[in-house]
Amino acid sequence: MAAQPYSNGYLVGSNLERVLRAGHFAVTAELGPPQSADAEVIRKKAALLKGCCDAVNITDNQTAIVRMSSIGAGTIVVQEGLEPVIQMTCRDRNRLAIQSDLLGAYALGMRNLLCLSGDHQNFGNHPTAKNVFDMDSIQLVQMVAAMRDARVFQCGEPFKGPEPRFFVGAAAAPFADPVEFRPYRLAKKIKAGANFIQTQLIYDIPAFKTFMEKVRQMGLHEQVYILAGVGPLKSPAMARYMKDSVPGLWVPDEFIARMEAAGAPWADIPKDQLSKEDKKARADAWKQEGIRICIELIQQIREIEGVAGVHIMAIEWEEAVRPIVEGAGLLPRPSVSAPTAQEASHD
Amino acid sequence: MIVAEQKSLDEMKTLIGEAHNVLVVGCGTCVTVCFAGGSREAAIVAASLRMATKLDGDAAAVSDVTVQRQCEWEYLDEIAEQIKAADVVLSLGCGIGVQAIAEHFPQTWVVPGLNTSFMGLPTEQGIWAERCAACGDCLLGRTGGICPIARCSKSLLNGPCGGSEDGHCEVNPDIPCAWQLIYDRLSSLGRLDLLLDIQPPKNWKAARDGGPRKIVREDLRLAVEEE
Repeated sequence: MAAQPYSNGYLVGSNLERVLRAGHFAVTAELGPPQSADAEVIRKKAALLKGCCDAVNITDNQTAIVRMSSIGAGTIVVQEGLEPVIQMTCRDRNRLAIQSDLLGAYALGMRNLLCLSGDHQNFGNHPTAKNVFDMDSIQLVQMVAAMRDARVFQCGEPFKGPEPRFFVGAAAAPFADPVEFRPYRLAKKIKAGANFIQTQLIYDIPAFKTFMEKVRQMGLHEQVYILAGVGPLKSPAMARYMKDSVPGLWVPDEFIARMEAAGAPWADIPKDQLSKEDKKARADAWKQEGIRICIELIQQIREIEGVAGVHIMAIEWEEAVRPIVEGAGLLPRPSVSAPTAQEASHD
Repeated sequence: MIVAEQKSLDEMKTLIGEAHNVLVVGCGTCVTVCFAGGSREAAIVAASLRMATKLDGDAAAVSDVTVQRQCEWEYLDEIAEQIKAADVVLSLGCGIGVQAIAEHFPQTWVVPGLNTSFMGLPTEQGIWAERCAACGDCLLGRTGGICPIARCSKSLLNGPCGGSEDGHCEVNPDIPCAWQLIYDRLSSLGRLDLLLDIQPPKNWKAARDGGPRKIVREDLRLAVEEE
């Protein structure tokens, strides 16, 4: 089913779609909902991100830890004047629940959706739970694209009223094994109907360039908007953990060394003699270096042909997003006027 | 084969409770070859229970017997008198064996001595691994003979996900990534083209999700009716 745009050329007309179609280098960020029912947390985080990104991803029980739902938090984000990208995993919902939630999400004003398989529940705080995985991420992309373009439920029945129209995203992990298959799996996601891609965190620029070269050879960058995932390192320990323990994450030693160097003034003080003030000063120095590295990564990524933007994942550190976007010279964010109601109606 | 593991002696003791006449029933098929519930294990469990109940001060009379297949009633008929005489039957069969006894002997209290684990095979001496999830709609012809339903932690049909590293699954380094295995095998057989097709959502109706399953073979039914 080929994607059927509105008569104004937009599939959905979300801010993210408008910014990308206008050819701007897009910026998305991530907002992690709280492990509570506290709406204020979302409002505070939204305030930190407002004006420095084109849309904000709301994670869906990330790392299988129960948090406020993506759609619930997304509703608050909409109220705060930001555009959410709803993340939806296949771990917790079958095709009935996913479709039903998406009808609700659309009715509540959500327009962007990122389709994921989801972290296995083994990683989270309910490891004894039963998982679902009725579908996988590629099938999910196919389903939501068909909900928009063919106006049918997964079972083939038509909607009894307006269809939910989402700008459909998918993830890509350029450095997960088998690495040589990754561009082809990306191609499968595009074939399934993905409109934009947000990648796993990129630190290894030469490796990412190699990946993008293959993507360009296959012409994939012309069929989908690729947003490269970036994130500020918080400490040398975090950098080492990512390098050693997270599949598909390549962190060059150079960055670990830079993070260590940032904490060098405190390196000779024995651990038990570090005062509270020392620790805070060291953490600030690390964070400053992490932000600097992130800015440099964005600047290098921006030069790579076929990359349409960046997705900034500052996990539980939303304060870092503005200095990163500002430092990368990506402020102010562009304003591309919304399609009018008449334009947005179907032909 | 069906692979099972013995429950702890403590749990078995709790399950037999106050019963005095205990019959341990082994099975000569799958659980014999996975060393969980064959005649040897049945004898050992019976002896252990005799000793444990004696140490507790109320020695139970525990005997054991092993049939060729607990999951077929004709083999259970051979030990019908022993089963009926027991206060409790501790089955060392898989879950099917336990239920076969329950269904065939309505007056008998039967409890499981094993945890039925999975359908799999021995990969090395003393190691068994899962291979089939009995999904009812075999797709091994599309995946080079390696099952992503049983062997991928997320049962992905269009894998691998981003959690594959150095050939193993991120869930546990002891789990080989099924999709890496599929990729390698299709690659060595020159059939990577199979991975370019999008596999549609699975029809889980054929699996347990469609409710308890049953097969009726009319050709065989006819033969019964003609007899």
